[in-house]
Amino acid sequence: MNLLTVEGIGIRFGGLHAVRDVGFSLKAGEIVSVIGPNGAGKTTLFNIISGVYIPHSGRILLESDDVTGFDPYLLARRGMSRTFQNLQIFQAMTVLENVMTGFHLRESGPVLSDLLALPSSRRRSREAESDARVLLARVGLERAAEREASALSYGALKRLEIARALALNPKLLLLDEPAAGCNAVETEEIDHLIVDVAKEGTAILLVEHDMKMVMRISNHIVVLDHGEKIAEGDPATVSRDPRVIEAYLGTQGQDANHAHG
Amino acid sequence: MKLSAKQSTLLVLILIIALAPFFFPSAFYFRIGSVVFVNAVAVVGMVILTGYAGQISLGHAGFAGIGGYACALAPVYLGLHPALAALLGALISAVLAYLVGRPILRLKGYYLAVATLGFGILVSMVLSNETAITGGPDGIKVPDLGLRAWLVDRGLKISNSQFWYWFSGLALVIGAWLALNLHESATGRALRALHGSEIAARTVGVDVARAKLIAFVISAIYASVAGSLIALQNRMITPDIAGYMHSIEMVTMAVLGGAGSVLGAIFGATILTLLPQVLTVFQQYEQIMLGLVMMLVMIFMRDGLLPSLVARVRGRGE
Repeated sequence: MNLLTVEGIGIRFGGLHAVRDVGFSLKAGEIVSVIGPNGAGKTTLFNIISGVYIPHSGRILLESDDVTGFDPYLLARRGMSRTFQNLQIFQAMTVLENVMTGFHLRESGPVLSDLLALPSSRRRSREAESDARVLLARVGLERAAEREASALSYGALKRLEIARALALNPKLLLLDEPAAGCNAVETEEIDHLIVDVAKEGTAILLVEHDMKMVMRISNHIVVLDHGEKIAEGDPATVSRDPRVIEAYLGTQGQDANHAHG
Repeated sequence: MKLSAKQSTLLVLILIIALAPFFFPSAFYFRIGSVVFVNAVAVVGMVILTGYAGQISLGHAGFAGIGGYACALAPVYLGLHPALAALLGALISAVLAYLVGRPILRLKGYYLAVATLGFGILVSMVLSNETAITGGPDGIKVPDLGLRAWLVDRGLKISNSQFWYWFSGLALVIGAWLALNLHESATGRALRALHGSEIAARTVGVDVARAKLIAFVISAIYASVAGSLIALQNRMITPDIAGYMHSIEMVTMAVLGGAGSVLGAIFGATILTLLPQVLTVFQQYEQIMLGLVMMLVMIFMRDGLLPSLVARVRGRGE
């Protein structure tokens, strides 16, 4: 059964069709990438799937439940989690606290017990803290745990966002350019991390400009141009598709590795 | 043993409250101290709303008015003990905050500030105009809490202003303790998260509208309790307590000290309560001064006085 089914999604901003009639699906443990030139509608599509925008047409099914237009917090409860292209970090909190918020759904309890610091409340916080430290170690940030998040480098913040998203233990993880601003070593680490997470059964939807990474780890690629799906298939098929080469890689470019939109 | 941030904040607060009387030139300062503490209770509530959750209310004096008038009216009309009347006031404030906040906090943006502004003005108008019940602009008497008499009966020699100093100080410590507990709990992290990035808070599963409502209701209870304490200590109350200026004063105190920190907010409450006592010129031009303080803090010390000073001292130390 498909974990995520996107059917005929469309959205207009003013008269502009930012996304038009896009559909695809995703199974547990699969890595699906959405690629396309800048302005193709990738992030808009992400924002629709994750409930930030409500589409004007089409629907989104999460495990056969229609979740179109659901608020992101309701989608989080159903196992969807995401990162952001333009970082959305809780700047005034420590790195550790940032990840601990990712455990909100499992950790939160009665407000009164939090106000009174009852043993149950403190136990929930302790559990979230130790789980968060495990995730920080997984993304290589365990030594930055007590630092203010605003003090971290861009690449580290990208990994922090991934750790926070993983804290939800998601069935579906949306990653919006996780390797942007990262050096080659960091990119490879993120690359391995994504593959590992997928092996554990999480479905991953990826937007990424690093074509090496996309070609290496994706099971399936969806290509957007001007808000419309122009091709989809496995990496080999997509990279040979003439429409893709024309729209995305540029007419002169067979070299997919340097295909920054 | 190393103290946590919560423990050290509480320790500093308790030491200040306990040691300050040794430096009082006259008994009058107990009275000033208790006013400082009561204002600080209300401002700690603002820390939860504004510092943690990033929401602004311009009508919190309305809740202080409800808390204050509950202590005046409930003993007369319902025969309640003043302490129970204060509890009733807190309950009414919580319910009203819920009813006002629920529809408003579903909307994005600064609707809360506008709606609370209206709410505060409404409460103060009702208190001024329902003369038959509230006594109108001249105010109304408030019955004695009776706790001091009880203590004196048991041989504890304590003056009225001393009693209120210690009682308000205790209320402030409890208020600060609750706020600090909240800060490092799941609820507190959710509030601070939505302040940092509302969209990211939603994607980790925070029901943002509900979280804001929680902060609003809790802070309304703080304001209500502060209002009750003012009424009980003055043995009388006027509609000024619910006035617009009082709301602005609360926000300014919180912002001046540093809305994100409990100790900072108490610091802000202390300065703005003491200034009019020290400088009579401040009393005459209070409104201008409040505006000026707010502007200067926003321009030069966005995090508030205390956090900015701490950061500066630390920066020098390194």
